[in-house]
Order: sequence, then structure tokens, then C-alpha cells
Amino acid sequence: MKLRIVHQTVYRYDRPVRNLVQSLRLTPSVCEGQRTHDWGIDVTGGIRGPGFRDGAGDWIEGWTVRGPTEEVAVTVTGRVETRDTAGVLRGHRELIHPLAYLRDTGATRADAALKDLAASVADAADSLDLAHRLSAAVSEAIAYVPGQTGFHTTAAEALAQGSGVCQDHAHALIAVARRRDLPARYVSGYLRATTEETAHEAAHAWAEIHVDRLGWIGFDPANRCCPDERYVRLGSGLDASDAAPIRGIAAGQGAETLDVAVNVEEVERFQSQSQGQTQS
Amino acid sequence: MSYYNEMYEGSRVRDPYARLSQWVETMPADFRQMKQAEAEALFRRIGITFAVYGEGGDPDRLIPFDMMPRVFEQAEWRRLERGIKQRARALNAFLRDVYGRAEIVRAGRIPARLVYQNEAYEKAVVGVVPPRGVYSHIIGIDLVRTAKDEFFVLEDNCRTPSGVSYMLENREIMMRMFPGLFRGNRIEPVDQYPDLLRRTLESVAPAKCHDRPTCVILTPGHFNSAYYEHSFLANLMGVELVEGADLFVDGEFVYMRTTQGPKRVDVIYRRIDDPFLDPLCFRPDSMLGVPGLMDVYRSGGVSICSAPGAGVADDKAIYTFVPEMVRFYLGEEPLLQNVQTWTLWKDDDYKFVMEHLPDLVVKEVHGSGGYGMLVGPRSTREEIEAFRAKIEANPGNYIAQPTLALSTCPTFVEEGLAPRHVDLRPYCLCGDRIELVPGGLTRVALREGSLVVNSSQGGGVKDTWVLSE
Repeated sequence: MKLRIVHQTVYRYDRPVRNLVQSLRLTPSVCEGQRTHDWGIDVTGGIRGPGFRDGAGDWIEGWTVRGPTEEVAVTVTGRVETRDTAGVLRGHRELIHPLAYLRDTGATRADAALKDLAASVADAADSLDLAHRLSAAVSEAIAYVPGQTGFHTTAAEALAQGSGVCQDHAHALIAVARRRDLPARYVSGYLRATTEETAHEAAHAWAEIHVDRLGWIGFDPANRCCPDERYVRLGSGLDASDAAPIRGIAAGQGAETLDVAVNVEEVERFQSQSQGQTQS
Repeated sequence: MSYYNEMYEGSRVRDPYARLSQWVETMPADFRQMKQAEAEALFRRIGITFAVYGEGGDPDRLIPFDMMPRVFEQAEWRRLERGIKQRARALNAFLRDVYGRAEIVRAGRIPARLVYQNEAYEKAVVGVVPPRGVYSHIIGIDLVRTAKDEFFVLEDNCRTPSGVSYMLENREIMMRMFPGLFRGNRIEPVDQYPDLLRRTLESVAPAKCHDRPTCVILTPGHFNSAYYEHSFLANLMGVELVEGADLFVDGEFVYMRTTQGPKRVDVIYRRIDDPFLDPLCFRPDSMLGVPGLMDVYRSGGVSICSAPGAGVADDKAIYTFVPEMVRFYLGEEPLLQNVQTWTLWKDDDYKFVMEHLPDLVVKEVHGSGGYGMLVGPRSTREEIEAFRAKIEANPGNYIAQPTLALSTCPTFVEEGLAPRHVDLRPYCLCGDRIELVPGGLTRVALREGSLVVNSSQGGGVKDTWVLSE
């Protein structure tokens, strides 16, 4: 699938701020089934700082805006050619041992209900099968209902209210997978959403579970499937905060408001720029 | 239980203590009391009133200073020094390894889970190799002695061990009060420590630094119990003492605000813990750190001492594997021994420990400062049973060790000199070279019979002498 992505995040402050610093995880992963062309990140008034690939294989870019400013826009544009790998993450160079993803965070800590949910799933022939069952159990337990949870909602809270969005589904799946001793992590990315699906967010999130022999496999309990050619993977972490595409902070008293617009559209062919540029 | 008294061999005073023994014998009691009061006044005036790392308690409490020095012969010290440097090399090799290819895990010499599920293991720095491959630049190794030639390592401190200002001040005050003592004894100096520390920090400046490196000490601020030490060291090293708000990231580097404008910083000796270093990488609510610092660090724009993630080497569970690290990385036999340790998450060890609680010392894996521990032989039956219940609730949280016959040193008490138990924390510096000033911080358990030297549990400090040849 040929996808054209425009992702803009605009921060507005009611009073001018200075020394805005951001750490961006906004570049598609280098892996099988994902080829990136003409990827560009721009921060208005910003200075591009350090860029490096971290141990998880994510491309991280630091940006600073000296200010004073009342508005900063982070704009990402580019094109990605995708192919379905049945959710399997292959050809992705990373150095972190999977066992490092058994650690809990506040957002993914299992309370009694999550422990019960994890225990309710029957043992399977292998860990891949178990991961599928856990994902299905989370899809059943948490209905996709936008607007009822926020960025700081934990897996336990989402399960208690029985509804949430992709972030909550991912957190819950991570929590139950770790309870069953399967390394699990949060993945942020984009989704080419069509109308039939339940989850319509173009800025999307899902979970990856590490299974023997195959490695990391993506699961999207919000859409009851594994990531396919509609998905673009950006980066991973222990939870949503750890995997956030944008982490930033500014000096000053200004209250912040945020506008996000993501457009992922399928195109017949990439336009005339003949020189495809791949991130490495 | 009998204890090794470092001053005597039978009833004979050992050579290194000969002059000190004379000094004490000829000292009138009222003179001693006067000097003790003078020492206390000096410490108060200097303002050195803080707890040693992680010990908690009242930060403004004065740690009692004992005027009777502890003495090592040159030969004794050389042996210790070789052992400490060997251990420091192995600990850094381990850190380099577990944030790289983790050969020691692949070889099955350390369980993978102990490393990767450790709270101090920072996945954010996997693959990052700091300058010269050094992760821990100041290693405090806590040692106890049980016989003339028998030393054991109690624990390693690879993050930000404190207490070195006591080492320096104890010497300073002794020299000021008893200049005659220093004329008659050939005592190796320790006051070169600040220069060595600065040299060590400069030697690990990032490759992107082309001039003489600018070093700073990053403190959480004056509410921290070790703030005195931070400002003391900054002053002696001739570097700036900064808080998070004094530093900022711009582009690829970190700068400090100065009256002459921003100045690039190359090496940060941080005295704040990993989770607070950078809200964009670790705890988002931290106000103590520098936003963006970790991105600059990971791309080689600044050095952080000790490196984030260094704590995975000094955990009490990892501790049991340090001798194995020495063999694995250095191909040498460890010169310093570990204390035998039972890990309660293993069934056999659990069974043994629960059957022998009255004879053992039991500690929390992540505990420090003498809190949350059981000293079996010094506890009542009720205390032991209460602790047993805590262990049963969470065995994985505990390790046990035999009760060690800690050596004693003569220490001033009301009636004159009396033996009191001691330990030793030398400070090993790791940069382009590995260096150790001759001496360290001797902590002494001032309560009669007590084996706990922590200042929160009634411990004091002594000047520590290494005699030259």
C-alpha cells in the first residue's frame, strides 16, 4: 500500500514560552514491509538537535525552540510503502533484550481485575497462540468508545470502566501479557483507517508481544487484528508515555493547548520525485 | 565471638599504632575532652552535617567524629588497593557488557532476568558507549575486615557514593588539631582527591569537545542531605555547582547560564538519581533535571558521571556475581572476597535461612542505611519472629549473610579507649586511569557491641591513615 502521511501537532500557549525542548520519535521504523520516502520533520522556529537510533531501533530527534513564542507547530510529512507481514516485526535492528519489557509501569500495572483477566485465558499450545487469546480477551473486555478515557488513564482504570481507545487496549494487553510472563510493549504509529473499522484514529497505537522463535508480533486489540499494510510503525516503549511520538517541555508559565491533525491517505503512486530516500 | 582488634597483636601494640598508642597514653583526660569539643565545634562551623548516602535521618545532625585514627600499613593498603581496582575494572566491564552484547548473560554466567528485570537497568541507554567505555567513574566499595589478612566486600556503590567530604574533612581537622602527630608519622596524603576527581572527569569528556572540558556538579539543591558535599567538592575542584534550572539544551549541546552568557558544558558530575535526570526520557514530572539532556548524552554531546544505568551493577542481587565478573572479564581470580550470601528467592537458600535466622544478618535487596535489616544474634526472639513474617510475605525481597566478626579499632569513649567495630569505604576513580587515594572513610559503630556502622544507627567517622614505607 502506498500511504501519504501528513501529521501536524500545534502547541499554543496563552503566554509566551522560551527554551522549548522536544524529543521526537516521529520517523517510521526500518523494518520489512515498510519503506519510507521523503520523510520530513519540521518544527517552527526550531533548531534540529541530536538525531540518533536508540537501542530499541527507533530514530530519535531532539529539537529546541529558543522563543519566546506562543505557537509551535510540529509537522511531519512523508510517504511510506507498506506490505503485510502478518504482524511479524522482521528486519528491525534493535539491541534491547526482550526481558527488559517485562517491567511494569504505572499505566500497565495489573490490579486484581487485570490479574483475573490474564488468568482467565486458557493455556495455549505455544506463546503465539496465547498472545492471540490474550488479545481477543482484551478486545472483549474493553469496548472501543472514544472520549471516555484520557492520556493518563491506566490499564486498570480502562478495564474497570469497560471502555477506552487504542491506547487503553494496548495498555491492557501489555498488562495481561506481562502477567503471563510474555514480554510486551507499546507501539505508536499511524493507521490508514477505512470506514468499516471500529477505530478511526489515524494516529494509532497497538501492542507488540515477544514470542519464542518469531520475535516481536504486533497485536491491535482495538481493531481485533494484527497490524497489516494499513499500519505504519514509528516506535515503541514500556507504555504510552515511554513510546510517545512527541515528548516536550517549555520554560514559562504559559498554559498549553494542543491541536493534532493526522491525515493518512492511500495514493495510486508516489508522484514524480524519482529519487526515493530511505531512512537508515 | 572474638573480634580482630586492629591495634593489638595479643597484648602487644602493632607497629603502625605504636606512636598513636604513646600519644594516647600521655594525653591527659581533660585535654582529650577539650580537643573533642574543639573538633565538634570545627565541624559545626564548617557546616559538615549530612547523612552518608541513602541513610536518611536528620540531615542537619552532626555525625560524631572520633579522634583516634585508624591506621593501615603500606603493605596492607597495597593489597586492598589492587583488590579494589580489580573490582572497579570488573564492574565497568560488566556495565559495558550488559548495555552492549551481554556476553556474560549469553554465556549463562549471570541469569538474564536478574539483569533485564532489574529496576536500575535502563533500556534507554542500551547501545550507548560512554567515552572510554566507563559507566561508573566514582565507585565506593564498602569493606569489612575480619582478621589480619581477611577483608570482605559488603557492597559496591556505583551510582553517586557520598561521604568523601568526610574523608577530606576528617584529615583536615586532625591536622589542624594535632600537627605534631603528622610530623612524627609518615602518613600518605588524601588532599589530592579533588584534583584527581577533576582530572578523571576531564578524561571522559565527549569526542565532540575540543578544548579543555568544562565540568560541573549537578545537585538536586540545598534540601538534599548531601548538598554540603556537592558544594564542598565543586569548590575544591574549581568547577561550577549547578541545579537543573541552570542548565539547558540548545541544538546538539548542553549549556549553563552564566553572567557572560551561555557556556557549553562537557562533563556533568551528577548527584541526582537516574529517574530525575531528564523529564523527556525518564520521570515526566521531574523538576530537578534538564529537559533533553538524555538525547544530547546519547548522541555524544555531553558526558554524565556516573552514566545513567550504572546502578544495575551495585544491586544486592547482582553483588553475588561480582567475583564471577572478575573471572569472566579479567580472567583473574578475585583479590577481594564477597561475603557469603543466601538469596531467599532460591528454595534451598530460603529453607536454610529460615532455619538459622538467629545466627544471620538479613537485608532487603534494595534497602540501605541499616534500615529494614535483621541482625539475628543481636535481636530478641520477638524481633526475629516479626522479621520472619516479613520474609515469608515476600522472600524475593531479601538476602541473608552470616554475622561477620567485624574488626574493631580503639575508639574514644567516656572511660578512655575501647574497641568499637569499623568498616571502610574507599573511593575509586575511573577515567583514562583507575586511581585511588590512600585511605577512605572509616565508619565506626559507637555503641558498645553494635555491628551497624551507619550514621543513622549511631555510627561515627574516623580519620584513616595509610603509612608510607
